[in-house]
Amino acid sequence: MTFDEIKSILKTKTVGIAGCGGLGSNCAVALARVGLGSLVIADYDVIVESNLNRQYYFQNQIGMLKVFALKQNLLMINPAIKVHAFDLRLCMSDTIEIFRNCDVIVEAFDKAEMKHMILDAVHTHLPDKYLVMGIGMAGWGDNELIHSRTSGKLVVCGDELNEIAEQNPPLAPRVGIVSNMQANAVMEILLGKNPYKNSAS
Amino acid sequence: MKIILNNREEVFEQDKITVNQLLELKSFSFKMLVIKLNGQLIKKTDYDTTFVQDGDDLMVLHLISGG
Repeated sequence: MTFDEIKSILKTKTVGIAGCGGLGSNCAVALARVGLGSLVIADYDVIVESNLNRQYYFQNQIGMLKVFALKQNLLMINPAIKVHAFDLRLCMSDTIEIFRNCDVIVEAFDKAEMKHMILDAVHTHLPDKYLVMGIGMAGWGDNELIHSRTSGKLVVCGDELNEIAEQNPPLAPRVGIVSNMQANAVMEILLGKNPYKNSAS
Repeated sequence: MKIILNNREEVFEQDKITVNQLLELKSFSFKMLVIKLNGQLIKKTDYDTTFVQDGDDLMVLHLISGG
């Protein structure tokens, strides 16, 4: 598929992203760059300086709501993308409501309890939706531990091991890898497996 | 029985065991656990009544914070 063909499919698609921190902001940027048509994003938080070690925001956006800053940044990359930004702390009923029309949902929360909430919400109330989760990306190094696996319509990306802690903070490289793996999984769901085989293989 | 546990083949002596027994056998004791059996989400309240059998595909997911 050429990039024009890829874009012509992706521009008809809508992806929901729950959380606009390290995973959500970077995943959204990757999807905007490849020509996704619409994004539904949700977060309640404002940007603080410590977010800039991994999240797709800038110094002059400190103090802004993440959803609005992210919308601004996405439109600077791809003015054609439609961004529906929800400034809210997602509960189960909101999650079901705002992501109901998405083709794929990306879980990009920070807290394990919220990851559990969206898994439960999607499986119980939106069982036909794909959910792409990010689990385990704190610290640095250990590239070989980062993986992706699928069960039914659930895709899990991450090392499933490294929980954030004072001594194990989330940082740009590993958070970037996992968030882009999530975007990559979304593309595979929307476009199907890449049929192109390199002549060397 | 032979099952796929977290993408790896695993053999158990028993012909079938409940999800709870399997969690105990494998010492999975995390508090934020999610279980998918052949792609279906299993509720915590069903761990004692849901059986894992030969050929099953079991995903044990440990939800941890970070994002």
